Amino acid sequence: MNKHATPNMKAQKIAGGVATDQRHDSAHKHVSGTAVYIDDMPEPAGTLHGCLGLSAAAHATITRMDLSAVRAAPGVVDVLTAKDVPGENDISPTGRHDEPVLADGKVEFFGQPIFCVIAETREQARRATRLAKVEYKELPFVTDIGALDPKKGKLVTPPLTLKRGDAATAIRQAPRRLKGKMRVGGQEHFYLEGHIAMAVPGEDQDVTIYSSTQHPSEIQHMVSHALGVPSNAITVEIRRMGGGFGGKETQGNQFAALAAIAAKKHRRAVKIRPDRDDDMIATGKRHDFLIDYEVGFDDEGSILGVDFMFAARCGFSADLSGPVTDRALFHCDNTYFWPAVHAQSAPLYTNTVSNTAFRGFGGPQGMVGAERVIDEVAFAVGKDPLEIRKKNFYGTSDRNITPYHQTVEDNIIQRIVAELEESASYARRRREISAFNANSRFIKRGLALTPVKFGISFTATHYNQAGALVHVYNDGSVHLNHGGTEMGQGLYVKVAQVVAEEFQIDLDQVKITATTTGKVPNTSATAASSGTDLNGMAAQNGARQIKDRLTDFAAEKYQVPRDQVLFLPNRVRIGNQEIAFADLVKQAYMARIQLSAAGFYKTPKIHWNRDKGEGRPFYYFAYGASCSEVSVDTLTGEYMVERTDILHETGRSLNRAIDLGQVEGGFIQGMGWLTTEELWWDERGRLRTHAPSTYKIPLASDRPKIFNVTLADWPEASEPTIHRSKAVGEPPFPLGMSVLHALSDAVASVADHKICPRLDAPATPERVLMAIERLKGEAKA
Amino acid sequence: MAKVNIRNEIRFILNGEDVTLAKVAPDETLLDWLRLNRSLRGTKEGCAEGDCGACTVLVGKLSANGPVYESVNACIRFLGSLDGTHVVTVEHLRGEAGKLHPVQQAMVDCHGSQCGFCTPGFVMSLYGLWMKSPNPSNAAIEKALQGNLCRCTGYEAIMRAAHAISSYGKAAKDPLAVERKAITARLEAMHDGARVEIGAGKARLVVPANVDDFAAVLDKEPGATIVAGSTDVGLWVTKHMRDISPVVFIGDLDGLCTISEDKGVISIGAGVTYTEAFSTLAKRIAALGPLFDRIGGEQVRNMGTIGGNIANGSPIGDTPPPLIALGARLTLRKGKKRRTIPLETFFIAYGKQDRLSGEFVEAVHVPVPAKATKFAVYKITKRRDEDITAALGAFFLSLARDGTVADVRIAYGGMAATPKRASSVEKTLLGKPWTEQTVEAAMAQYATDFTPLTDMRASAEYRALAARNLLLRFFAETSGTRAPIQVSRHEAA
Repeated sequence: MNKHATPNMKAQKIAGGVATDQRHDSAHKHVSGTAVYIDDMPEPAGTLHGCLGLSAAAHATITRMDLSAVRAAPGVVDVLTAKDVPGENDISPTGRHDEPVLADGKVEFFGQPIFCVIAETREQARRATRLAKVEYKELPFVTDIGALDPKKGKLVTPPLTLKRGDAATAIRQAPRRLKGKMRVGGQEHFYLEGHIAMAVPGEDQDVTIYSSTQHPSEIQHMVSHALGVPSNAITVEIRRMGGGFGGKETQGNQFAALAAIAAKKHRRAVKIRPDRDDDMIATGKRHDFLIDYEVGFDDEGSILGVDFMFAARCGFSADLSGPVTDRALFHCDNTYFWPAVHAQSAPLYTNTVSNTAFRGFGGPQGMVGAERVIDEVAFAVGKDPLEIRKKNFYGTSDRNITPYHQTVEDNIIQRIVAELEESASYARRRREISAFNANSRFIKRGLALTPVKFGISFTATHYNQAGALVHVYNDGSVHLNHGGTEMGQGLYVKVAQVVAEEFQIDLDQVKITATTTGKVPNTSATAASSGTDLNGMAAQNGARQIKDRLTDFAAEKYQVPRDQVLFLPNRVRIGNQEIAFADLVKQAYMARIQLSAAGFYKTPKIHWNRDKGEGRPFYYFAYGASCSEVSVDTLTGEYMVERTDILHETGRSLNRAIDLGQVEGGFIQGMGWLTTEELWWDERGRLRTHAPSTYKIPLASDRPKIFNVTLADWPEASEPTIHRSKAVGEPPFPLGMSVLHALSDAVASVADHKICPRLDAPATPERVLMAIERLKGEAKA
Repeated sequence: MAKVNIRNEIRFILNGEDVTLAKVAPDETLLDWLRLNRSLRGTKEGCAEGDCGACTVLVGKLSANGPVYESVNACIRFLGSLDGTHVVTVEHLRGEAGKLHPVQQAMVDCHGSQCGFCTPGFVMSLYGLWMKSPNPSNAAIEKALQGNLCRCTGYEAIMRAAHAISSYGKAAKDPLAVERKAITARLEAMHDGARVEIGAGKARLVVPANVDDFAAVLDKEPGATIVAGSTDVGLWVTKHMRDISPVVFIGDLDGLCTISEDKGVISIGAGVTYTEAFSTLAKRIAALGPLFDRIGGEQVRNMGTIGGNIANGSPIGDTPPPLIALGARLTLRKGKKRRTIPLETFFIAYGKQDRLSGEFVEAVHVPVPAKATKFAVYKITKRRDEDITAALGAFFLSLARDGTVADVRIAYGGMAATPKRASSVEKTLLGKPWTEQTVEAAMAQYATDFTPLTDMRASAEYRALAARNLLLRFFAETSGTRAPIQVSRHEAA
């Protein structure tokens, strides 16, 4: 980007406004290795390095902790334990005081941090950590929720019940009914850049922390509690993360707090970057669920009543399990109208790492439950699952009340699915696949089309606010800052497009700057797909304040009515003359006009009463659908995604290039969750899939062989969102469900589509083969 | 043996600069050295075990036709193993007149990066591919990218970029192509035929001058850790922080890296990488091609050796079962003494091989199966590519004129503590007509031969069932069915 480029004063449109395809603002730096992540920053002289010591028992009291060899190891400066936490030994993000910075006398999962070695080099810290001698008195532990009763098990946070109508009666009186159980696995985020925090001590109580976090304000608050100092002593900054996906919403607290404690204690900068194994062992993941369902329906496949129990493995503390399990219930309808529904959550305590946010935040697990119910009904009545899906869709003017009593006002799923069914040639391929399967003994094909409806807003209403800071310097260049963090999703460039559009200046006149708690305070996590919706609006508000002042100034100075001051591309028309934007800014500065503004936004209309299970938790919904075809080897369970077609909507997109990347990437990540990504604990409660050698996320060669992804060009947000665009972070993730259901369809072919395969997730080749064996057995019987 | 000169430093080219290092720890990784000592922080650490590719750099090895540049994982590549090579990092990429390199510009324009952390690694992998193959097929791109994980993009945009590179510039005009002669001369000057010895005690490394020198070195220091591709030993250091000194690096040793065929037997030197072996083996023993494409990722195949895969003795190594089924023999050497044994007998028990102190694996000899025989190998994994075997079956079959089984060798990985023959299954098949009925009877014998374990890769039940079913697949493949018998990624090239 040429810093001295002269803006085009005659342009019809600015370069880089809204609804244009812009590259990621850092793309040129990504490809040349010059984008700076925290571990790439120059370290202050004397920087120390930390490494966490992890527990070797799933549930135990620590009877002896001999750290003398650790302290004596080369390069070791200090070993922190719970007693070194000067403030509160707690980083529970919801204030439940159930998650210590360092475990104190008792450990509740295998891999829980119990001490932290501080050494001159990272290597020395890592080596020294291994020298600890810790003895445990082991206590009974539970890692899997399979053995727990969701109604009696210990919970980490209060459960939620949603109900509308009388589900029990509806099911009992329905012509047909069935019940079943589904297991859906968790997921490791596998951000390519692991967690990292670097704390640089300042004077007095001050400390600045560079943290790979989606939630700088929470890091600030947690560090302030842990240090026992006010929040104003702590500054948290993050320019970019190497991926987040929810894994850096709360999970960075531990590293930041420990780095800050050590930095203040030793008055030296301290960096903590866990290696991949420690990162995967000691930080939370997507919740896995056991879903019990019972459904009443008629002979045509119309569903009359549904009852769900969503039991989740939450780990040893609440973390975000409350809102995650709530969101699972909020999505147990997916795109379907349940005439009578009763749904409960059971956020179960387990001796595993505390599970946390992950793209979709429980929503995908809820939807997977809904889709299983649809499949069951389809098999029961002997119809194509797509037919049952369509039959049970939400209506547009009736049959449109959700289990949480919000009316779906913006439903477009019928059109999305109709268009996709057509463009993917669903009916023709259904016939072709039947013919193929009839002639292929070992390889069977499967096809499925699944819809998505995803609710947009934080369900905790107060999080739906955002701030921005906009400066216009007297040369007309703009400095933009807001509370949202950049983790690759393209938030920074989208918000910059909004500001460029507002001022009508080229995008390269807007400088994007690192998120810091010192510029915009009390921010919400960049999460819940809300980044652009919230921060875009806040930045627009900030820009508008300045623009209003410029307009007032120009009207007065040039003696024209306000409505004759028009911001045109890179220039301003005032009456019948045009001057450069930069010139107007200069004149305004000379006239002592304030050229800086703090923007603010809060989402209107939303409210939620959790006790009653009623309200409008979501501002709007985002929709999409996907259709996948797979081939399955019935001898081994191995499979291949032959083709996927996606039709997804992001309202009137701010940047279709960025949105397309979110849809493609979200689908593949969702597919990975439901296929090859498997978390596996051994009998001692140890997570054994803690590195890419054992935990398998999709590769380029796992993409569908044919992959047609389309952003619908006709929808727009029904609410006045930022330029009528819609959120895109999470909604594409559950599109991966079509792969699970296509696998299920292929499995079903071995029993002539008469038995519901009840294929659980992740559908590894092993689960696929075992489902095939079960169906073959049942078909014979 | 001729006396070898000893040099106490390593020499290589880093990007444009000649580097000489007299202080090198035997376990120092290229990645740490780049990031910590040279502040070249474009190369990232994603996993420190050679599985994610964020640390991908190119290493140019001198061949008869000048340097051959291959992608490697800097996180598990030891610095000491780079003597006489050209190391190229993302910082070295440049286009004409201050512009981005074609690979970089294609990635930018096709929106191939999101968070950007994996991106330098992808750029380097694509760069390595593009220099060899400026207009690659989807299959070639996917193969080159098997060792690169991206969690954001879903890869589609990266694939588009990979196809677009040549529209931004010509591979022939790339700086590495233009400077090829000069680089070759500089590398040749570094190859002085000396043995490298650096450090002592717990910090000692040796790069022998050639295979004879290696034999001499190992004879003197029989406890040394032998490192060829470091795709396994690298993890001993990065994951387990084991002391590996003294280390002998044999990655690119004269006399150990040849592959030749004589009277229907292919001899593969222990230093031959998977990549180097691929063209010969895939051509001569077709079934090995698709298997080799699924061993590790490209970076691991560029580093890892068949010799290492055998010597390491792992029950889940991918080459021993097919080589056992093919009747391969192994040459071991100690000093000047050599012995050649059936490969099968090398694997005694878990962690125990038939290798004496001071002895090393020098070569493996693989008979090319006769035309009339049948040979197949099937690898089962959770994820198709770049995954470690859950179970792997290799089948060699020779039928008599009357259609009965004249000879059969079936070997499995992942099913026991060592790579192991399915002897009872074989016995059941031998002399019987090669029919599905015979096969079904033999399938019942698997329980006699194997009691597999449950671990994070697969349960015992799955391993047993899938392994057994592979025999049926082999039968289907050999009996000429027209319906597909395996899911496939690409039509056969």
